[in-house]
Parts: sequence; structure tokens; C-alpha cells
Amino acid sequence: MPHLTTGQRVGRTVAQLVVGVTVVLTVFPVLWMVRTALTPAGDLFGDSYGLWPHHPTLINFKRVLGMTSSAAARAAGGSGAQLDFLLYLRNSLIYTIVIVVGQTLSCAMAGYALARLRFRGRTAVFGTFVGSLMIPPIFTLLPNFALVKQLGWLDTFPGLVAPTLLMSPFSVFFLRQFFLSIPREVEEAALLDGASRARIFWSVVLPMSRAPLFTISLTLAVWSWKDFLWPLLVGRAENTRVLTAALGVFLQQSPNAEPDWTGLMAASTLTVVPPLLLLIFFGRRLVDAVGFTGVK
Amino acid sequence: MTVVQTAPASVPALDPPDRAPRTRRKGDGLTAWAFLLPSIVGFAVFFVYPAVRGVYYSTTDWNLLSPPKSVGLANYRAAIHDPEFWKSLRVTTYFVVLSLVAQLAIGLVLAGIMHRLLRSVMVRAVLLLPWLVPNVTIGLLWMWMLDTNLGFANHLLHSLGHGTEGFLTDPNLALPSIAGITTWAGIGYIALLFYAGMLQIPQDVYQSAQLDGAGEIRMFFGITLPLLRPIIALVLVVSVIGSFQIFDVVAVTTAGGPVGLTKVIYYYIYEEAFHHFRMGYASAMALCLALVLGVLTWVQMRLLRASTSDLG
Repeated sequence: MPHLTTGQRVGRTVAQLVVGVTVVLTVFPVLWMVRTALTPAGDLFGDSYGLWPHHPTLINFKRVLGMTSSAAARAAGGSGAQLDFLLYLRNSLIYTIVIVVGQTLSCAMAGYALARLRFRGRTAVFGTFVGSLMIPPIFTLLPNFALVKQLGWLDTFPGLVAPTLLMSPFSVFFLRQFFLSIPREVEEAALLDGASRARIFWSVVLPMSRAPLFTISLTLAVWSWKDFLWPLLVGRAENTRVLTAALGVFLQQSPNAEPDWTGLMAASTLTVVPPLLLLIFFGRRLVDAVGFTGVK
Repeated sequence: MTVVQTAPASVPALDPPDRAPRTRRKGDGLTAWAFLLPSIVGFAVFFVYPAVRGVYYSTTDWNLLSPPKSVGLANYRAAIHDPEFWKSLRVTTYFVVLSLVAQLAIGLVLAGIMHRLLRSVMVRAVLLLPWLVPNVTIGLLWMWMLDTNLGFANHLLHSLGHGTEGFLTDPNLALPSIAGITTWAGIGYIALLFYAGMLQIPQDVYQSAQLDGAGEIRMFFGITLPLLRPIIALVLVVSVIGSFQIFDVVAVTTAGGPVGLTKVIYYYIYEEAFHHFRMGYASAMALCLALVLGVLTWVQMRLLRASTSDLG
């Protein structure tokens, strides 16, 4: 950089320092979580606060994943209660994948119809969808819980995914806005060739829309993965309990005076691994997605 | 935001289909409703129906087991006279203010630095990290960091010669601590939103200001902030709406304690509904909250429209 005055140099250094400190403060608690997960429970009471444990171990991961005997888990600082985070991990993956696929597909179809097809009531349907963005989740949560209970869907995957499987006003809105920006000429050409609207959607529009479909899928995946209250209420049984809910239950079962910190941190680490993989593989996409989907 | 801006431009461009024969339109209608069917079913069953039921439940006395008993507006009268309800609204408001002031200020500064000096994807990806972590995990992780006996924060205080603090158990510290946790969790995301907004400011504005001898700090206050104003307003409203619905972190770290000082409205509704099974009362409070948030969302949409004209 040419012609920097001393003041500018100091300014630059201060600015870089601000970002540097923020980065450290952002990462450190996450590192500390992993560090604790790798520490034997007995070592927590030692004086060591170094970044790497003296006797690193995988026992905490093994016991929360249900890969040790109850006695071995107790010996390693657990309560001996059966933990099966492998199962909860599976449940979380099912929950997330089903919602992402279902909602993206259904909302892409709706978004396309609202952007491109001409029919009576289009404005009314779109207006109703957008208007419902104003309804906060808590308001529909209680009646939805009652409904799922009446249907006998508590502790089932259909009950877990039902409210978000087919629809979120935001996804429809987001995808409609994108479809509006596709040039009409592409579809006109296919229409003249005699292709039906449905066919054009599947073989022309969807393949052209890979980028926004991916953006909304990534965003939905992160949102669904983080869901807590709904899956906590609806999927209480072991074989429908998702990771976040299981983490809450694990904490409740842990003794209040002396929580099982190493086990809890191992379980916490597990909830971060899949989204972290998304960040590593699709970092730029995710970062850009915030600009597009953030102000919802 | 970019997406939103493209919308109005494409609507009037309807030339060829407008002159298409009537028969085609009919065909479109059928296809359109077929395309909309899944989302309309989902919408009707899990948005509209529960919203209507919610209004009805709010006028009943109902414990989830026996059928709801109609009680008119008694739940709303009860809410008005319920000190806990008002307290939870006060606690929530206090939390929103504490949590957002720092987030917005630091977020703006970070975005400004990234915009003018440090356009690194790596940094942005790292800042996004807390957004990827479930709130339950965030709560638990900070509960551990702030633990009275073994937490890292108290270790740090000790090594600075300071006494032990019960961050989540001290009545004076609990709510500020939770606000601190949500600040940690939200700051990167907010900075990225501001950053995306700043990218829309044309570069030549800065270049000509630089020729006039303006420094970075003067440009930040003289150019960036004024031009970003609509987006700041928008992010503020979105964040207020989001923060009003804080639940997960409170449920994990304090469960509303100590002595109800962190019992935010969302948690109070949850407790009434699923611990005390007072679904009617919970629904009435949820409706009140919905009205507050509805007004805020309306403001947000007005701002959204305002923001498109300002920067475009």
C-alpha cells in the first residue's frame, strides 16, 4: 500500500486487531468445548487450563454414543443412564433431510406457479402466504402440538416433520423471487416446441435453478438442525428424539451440583460436527446465503 | 435483499403470454393449482387451522386432557392482572435492549472493517460459526464456560486476582450473562448482514471522498452509516423480533431463574402450557405476543419497501 501515513498505519493495525480479537473470542468457546470433551472427567478438578488436555481420551464420546458398558460409563464420570447419541444423530439427520427435501421441492413448485403461471387467485394466494410471515411460531406451536397429539402422531417422524414438510412462507417467497428473474425466452422456446408447463418446470427451470435451490436447502438444513422446542415436545421417545432435544434431556438427568461436563461437552460437540462439515465444504455458499436469506 | 429488489421489475413484462389464446390460460390454471397443492395443504393444515384454533383455545380453559371449556375473555383479563405476565414482558424487553445494543454496534464496526480493509472469506466463515451451532448447544457450552466451580471465565477472573462470580445464578448477573451469550452467538451473523448491505454501496463514492482527503473513520460516519440506514433499520427490526422469541438459551441455562429474573415471555408461555397444562391461558398470552410481533413485522415490511428505493 503506497503513501500510508503513520496515523493510517496505526488505524489499520487497530482495525485488524479488532477483527483478530473477535475471531479468537468466536472460536475459543467452541475449542474449549472440544477440549473438555477430550478430557477425562477426573482431570477437570486439576489446575490445568491449557488448550490441550494432559491425558486426552475418547471415552466421553464413546459413552455418549452408547459404545461402553454402563459400568465403564459410570467409572468415566457418567451417571450410568443409557445414552445413545448415535441414535439421536440418526434421528436428527432424518428430521433435517426429510424437511429440506420436502420443503424445497414443494416450495419450488409453489414458487414457480406464483412466479410464472397465470391463473385466477394468484395475487390472493401469494398475499396470504406473505401475510402469514407475520404469525410468530409460538402462536401456531400450541395448536399444532394439540393437532399432532389428536392425530396420534406424538413420538413419530410424521408428527415431527409435518408442520414444516410442505411449506414455509419464507421458502416460497425466496424461490418465487428467483423464478421471476429467469428470462422468459427460455420457457417460451420450450412452449413453442409443445412442452407442457410441468415438463418445462422439471427439465428446464429446475436444472437452471441449482444455485438458489442449493442456497435455500443449506439455510433450511441449518435451521432444521437447530430446531429445539418442537422436536422436544413431539419426539420425546428415544427413537424419535433429535440431538438438540437429547442434549436438553441429558442436562436434566445430570446431577445439578456436579453436572457431567465432559459427557455433556462430548454430546455438544456431536451437535456441531454436521453443520461444521457444511461450513468447511460450502463455506462461501453459506456466507453468501446470509446476504440473500438473512433479512427475512 | 438483492432478491427482493429484482421483484417489481419483472412483473409488468408480460407481453407474449398476455396475447396468448384463452384456452392456454385455462390449462395454466389447472397446472398452477396442481403445483400449489402441496404447499396449500401444508399451509391450510399447519398454519391457518392452528392459527384459528389458537384464537379459539385462548378463550377456553383447557388442560390438554379433558375437552376445552369456553370462558370468554377471562384469560385475557387474567393476563392483564397477572404480575408475572408483565414481569416477563419487562424481562424480555430488558434482554432485547441489552442483547441488541452491543450486537448492532460491534456488528457495524466489524462489517465496516471487513468492507474497507479485510475482504476475507475465511474471516466471514469463522464469524458465521456460532450461527451454525444449535442454541441448546450454545447455552450448554456457555453454562460450562461460566460455571462457578470449574468454568473458564472464573479461572480467568481468579488469575486476574478477582473473586468468583456466579454468572448465571447471581440475580444481578443472570440476565446480562444471557444477553452476553446471545451477543456472542449473534454478532457474526449481524456483521455479515451489514457487510452484504455495504457491498451495495458504489465504490466510487468512497474514491471521490478519498480524493477530497477524507479518512476511513470520517467515511464510515459520513458515507457508510447514512447509506446503510435503511438496512440498519431493517436488521434492527428483524433482530428485535427474533430476540423477543428467545427461548432455547434460557431453557438450558437458567430455566427462568434465579427468582424468575430471566423468565422471558416465551419461556413463561411454555411453562404455563407444558408444565402447568394451562393451554388456554398460554394461548391467550401467545396471541398477545403475536400481536406485538405482528406490529413489529408490519414495521419491518414497511422498511423493506423503503430500503429498496433508497440504495437501488
